[in-house]
Amino acid sequence: MKVSLKWLKEYVDLKLTPKELAERLTMAGMEVKTIETIGATWNNIVVGQITAINPHPNADRLKLATVDIGKGSPTVVCGAPNISVGQKVPFASVGAQLIDGHTGETILLKPAKIRGIASEGMVCSEKELGISDNHEGIMVLPPEAPLSIPLSEYLGDAILDIDVTPNRPDCLSIIGVAREIAAITGEKVHLPELHYEESETPINSFVSVNIVEPELCSRYCASLVLNLIQDRPSPDWLQQRLKNCGMRPISNIVDVTNYVMLEYGQPLHAFDYHSLKEGNGTPQIIVRRAADDEKITSLDGVARTLNPAILVIADKERPVAIAGIMGGWDTEVTKETNTVLLESANFNQATIRRGSNHLRLQNEASLRFDKGLNPNLAMPALKRATQLLLQMAGGKAARGIVDAYPGKSEPKMIAFSAYEVERLTGLKVGINKITGVLSSLGFVCQEISPSQISVSPPYWRSDIKSAADLVEEVVRIIGYDKVPVTRLGSSLPQQESMLSLGAQRSNLKKKLRNFLVGCGFQETVTYTLVSLEKLQKLSPNLELKIPPLKVANPMTREQEYLRTNLRAGLLSTFHHNQRHEPGGIRLFEIGKVFLPQHPSHPSPDKGGGGEGLLVTPVVATLSETKGKQSQGERELPWEKEMLCAVLSGPRAEMSWRGDTKPIDFFDAKGIIEALMNQLKLKTSFKPNDNDPESSSGLTQEARVNIISENEEVGIVGLLHPKVAKAFELSGEVYLIEIDLEKLLKIVHSQLPAMRYQPIQRFPNVSRDIALVVDEEIPYKKVAKIVQSFPLVTKVTLFDLYRGEQIPKGKKSFALRITYQSPERTLTDEEIDQIQQQMLDKLNLELGATLRSNNQKV
Amino acid sequence: MLEELEKLQIKALAELDKITGSRELEQWRIRYLGKKSRLNQILHSLSILPLVERRSTGARANTIKKTLEATLKEKEEILGEALLLSSLEGRRLDVTLPGQPISSGRFHPITQTLEEICQVFQNMGFQVVEGPDVEWDYYNFEALNIPQDHPARDMFATLWIDSDRDKKSRLLRTHTSPMQIRVMEQRRPPIRVVVPGRCYRYEATDATHESMFYQVEGLAVDKNITLADLKGTLFDFCRCLFGEERKVRFRCDYFPFVEPGVEVAITCLTCNGAGCRLCGYSGWIEILGAGMVHPDVLKRVDIDPEIYSGFAFGLGVERIPMLRYGIDDIRLFYGNDLRFLRQF
Ligand SMILES: [Zn+2]
Repeated sequence: MKVSLKWLKEYVDLKLTPKELAERLTMAGMEVKTIETIGATWNNIVVGQITAINPHPNADRLKLATVDIGKGSPTVVCGAPNISVGQKVPFASVGAQLIDGHTGETILLKPAKIRGIASEGMVCSEKELGISDNHEGIMVLPPEAPLSIPLSEYLGDAILDIDVTPNRPDCLSIIGVAREIAAITGEKVHLPELHYEESETPINSFVSVNIVEPELCSRYCASLVLNLIQDRPSPDWLQQRLKNCGMRPISNIVDVTNYVMLEYGQPLHAFDYHSLKEGNGTPQIIVRRAADDEKITSLDGVARTLNPAILVIADKERPVAIAGIMGGWDTEVTKETNTVLLESANFNQATIRRGSNHLRLQNEASLRFDKGLNPNLAMPALKRATQLLLQMAGGKAARGIVDAYPGKSEPKMIAFSAYEVERLTGLKVGINKITGVLSSLGFVCQEISPSQISVSPPYWRSDIKSAADLVEEVVRIIGYDKVPVTRLGSSLPQQESMLSLGAQRSNLKKKLRNFLVGCGFQETVTYTLVSLEKLQKLSPNLELKIPPLKVANPMTREQEYLRTNLRAGLLSTFHHNQRHEPGGIRLFEIGKVFLPQHPSHPSPDKGGGGEGLLVTPVVATLSETKGKQSQGERELPWEKEMLCAVLSGPRAEMSWRGDTKPIDFFDAKGIIEALMNQLKLKTSFKPNDNDPESSSGLTQEARVNIISENEEVGIVGLLHPKVAKAFELSGEVYLIEIDLEKLLKIVHSQLPAMRYQPIQRFPNVSRDIALVVDEEIPYKKVAKIVQSFPLVTKVTLFDLYRGEQIPKGKKSFALRITYQSPERTLTDEEIDQIQQQMLDKLNLELGATLRSNNQKV
Repeated sequence: MLEELEKLQIKALAELDKITGSRELEQWRIRYLGKKSRLNQILHSLSILPLVERRSTGARANTIKKTLEATLKEKEEILGEALLLSSLEGRRLDVTLPGQPISSGRFHPITQTLEEICQVFQNMGFQVVEGPDVEWDYYNFEALNIPQDHPARDMFATLWIDSDRDKKSRLLRTHTSPMQIRVMEQRRPPIRVVVPGRCYRYEATDATHESMFYQVEGLAVDKNITLADLKGTLFDFCRCLFGEERKVRFRCDYFPFVEPGVEVAITCLTCNGAGCRLCGYSGWIEILGAGMVHPDVLKRVDIDPEIYSGFAFGLGVERIPMLRYGIDDIRLFYGNDLRFLRQF
């Protein structure tokens, strides 16, 4: 809401500077976004009057104008075509700061000779004064402009742009803001006096009002002005005020309705009375719902189709206005209008809101109605508009006002005390001070007891409903800065157990983040919303395993679906970065994915401490909130947390010591092994053969499932070349994906089982052996047999050999086997014996033979 | 014989002093301390001496032997050190060569900021909880005093999952405030929680607007919680994050689910309150919306507003690193350009 300071001063005495005022308003809840000053630089510019015009002796197009400025009559050289004797004009003398009409630069007026004649100043155009871009001629002031007063006093103003919060429609008006200022500064508000002459003929003989929908229209007031003088423009001062507040002057009648809307906050509408269809008898204003597919051409010339959710003003034949939103074309006031029916009504806030949303028609009127106005406002605003209309356009008013008021309600009474203020704010205020503050805002306070009052809010404050609202009123006027500052002294809630699932979840996420960052991965945060195209790219066969949830009103196609995995975002990020990252790239994200349905939808275990508030279980609680919500078949998606990481490029950063080998599958797997070790989880890997490639997105030859406690917690492997190509990724990219929900469950269940192992007192013994086996034998089988023997505590593969020294089709594993007993020092004979049994078994089951046998180290 | 011993010692020590190589040192050891050395011979022939002389000569011979041995050991150490240094002489380390690179990543700046924020509040006894990104209209609006057709809905341009509009419609939460309701449905006072999380708006993106952003919600409910407590808590928070000298301003503002409502601003980090382009020439930067939990909200979750009161606040997370580091485009955060992320 743009507010002219000059206009405000008509209703409230203002001693503050615009800047101080803006600060006070902002602190009290009316945020002033900008202050635009008009005439701040108008020094040495006064109101003058042209007393004589003579031709310039040396130039045909120039004139010599004599200007009376009270204390002298300087002569200036002027080329403006519109200059004439008697005009009041802005006159700038030497030293004035002006804007050059041609270059737009700021200049200081200097004494000058124009074509041989000294010019003692300048008559200014609007552009030169910085008011507008108009440089066609000089600016002509109204005849009533007082001679010789500084122009800044006459035309200067400050326009405050106030961000009015939705609860304060009363402040979408000059008077509303004036009331705020009065309360803040302790001044009084002076409202316009409302009276005008009425003719003998009562308004009832011209029009009647029928409110068919009293729920949607709580009040409808109308007045009538006959014999208007048509087509006279509004006076300059009124036009200027409209312009200053961001509205365009149109015609005297329309300008009056807009002016009063700005002044009081009540939208009004003027009908051309004679365009209303009379039917038989006097015209009737009918407030009703539109019929299905009923048509109206609104005054912007657009033909609109209505429906019963929209309220209309109709005569006996057709709708003549969309209630509260826009008038109709047919009944608009025109140059021919001589009788005007003025409407000042109150419409249901939700109806106007829905109607203007449906019609995509928002304007100053609908914006006020959709915040909820009070019906009591309709009458004073109508009287004011009628009064102004008579002043501006002449004519005479019919006697009385039509006032259909089905929605009249009793004023509210709120019991209030100083205790309420202190209880909610900690600020001690006496009841007298409270009464003073509330009264300054127009509230009526009555003493009930020495400590209690009964408060009735003024009609324009529909937002005040409870004691808490009154607390805010009191404190915001006294100032939030007066509220003391204390630290929370209330009792602490029971602290969450570190063993709870909730604490473990954040703990786990922290550990994973720390670990990956330590392994050279950069954390990323990618968008929840992705395109369908990107999700499809993840499957080489373009089939989506899980149909993603769609946004009904997406901003862009790029952000239309809720991600069902982190891969799409991460691979896109990879693609974005690879152009400027010649070295390796390692990225990860920990975040939620959104699956349309909960698997089997288990009932949420509500007992689980803090976890009850965490993502997964909380989803279903809506149905349990005291039966308030029956959600039908709909459910919130399963939001589960995932970890995804991608890596490619050289194993180590480029260095003078050189390991430039590229990352391979075993680097990715090694990261998982270390990660799981860090989490103290036993882990195994299961080749992932049965899954169709389309679903895993990883190449079948180089991928394994990560298994812990018999659960598949994730997958690691080489990104399928088709997927890499779809995302335009170059080089081999390895991907790690872990289901955090599963991992969390395991970590959480392992916690109580963990036990300390005493440090072994007896020495261990290591033996190295090299086994030759068939190429088809996987290492895991060998390791399993070795580990099955008693006293074996560790098996390390330290070499894998294929080549000339062994037969073709065979490979050799070099193993270091560590033996240890908790009870005694092992003898060589004992170990020899175990090792022999081991070799026998390896030979029997896998056909393994010994290649060499280094004795103990 | 004593005299001979004294001469021997002087001679031996003098020779030892001149030795520079390990081989000479070994020859010296054999000569003076070996089995055939004169000293050894003397020690072996002591028995033939008369008792008195035997005692004094023996004692002296042993002392000299110990002295020679100790001096030899010293000389060995000195020679050893010199040897090591001279061997290094040939391949001196260029300590200016770069170390073996160990690659390490960084946390996303938003993660870092979230951790900091949560840590500050955890120190004040707040617990961290999280909630769903996809919400019911009921929690996001209705239960927060924003029913259908409420003008305050204009403050929250919403991305909807369902295209109908009632409290059973699903949406992407526009703020973390729905968690106020969820927490109070499940817990009784005293309550102190903070809720970090992603929020979404139906909004065209530009340098200062994102369709996805993070918020941290705070809620404290108990007997006798006041606006003064809210001020104290947020004062502390602002000082912790922005430094002791930062001024904090509390002013009246409107959010439908709090009453009284508060907006918290700090003095601009760029101009320190003088006014600049970044703060719209006001000197202040808004960083939090807050207020006392509205009595109607408390009633809705069966907490008696006559007995209990509480405060709530919501804080935009991206704003903080933007202010601190002078980041002028919010889209950088989720653009994930490594050249940006590696700076934090
Ligand atoms: Zn600034």
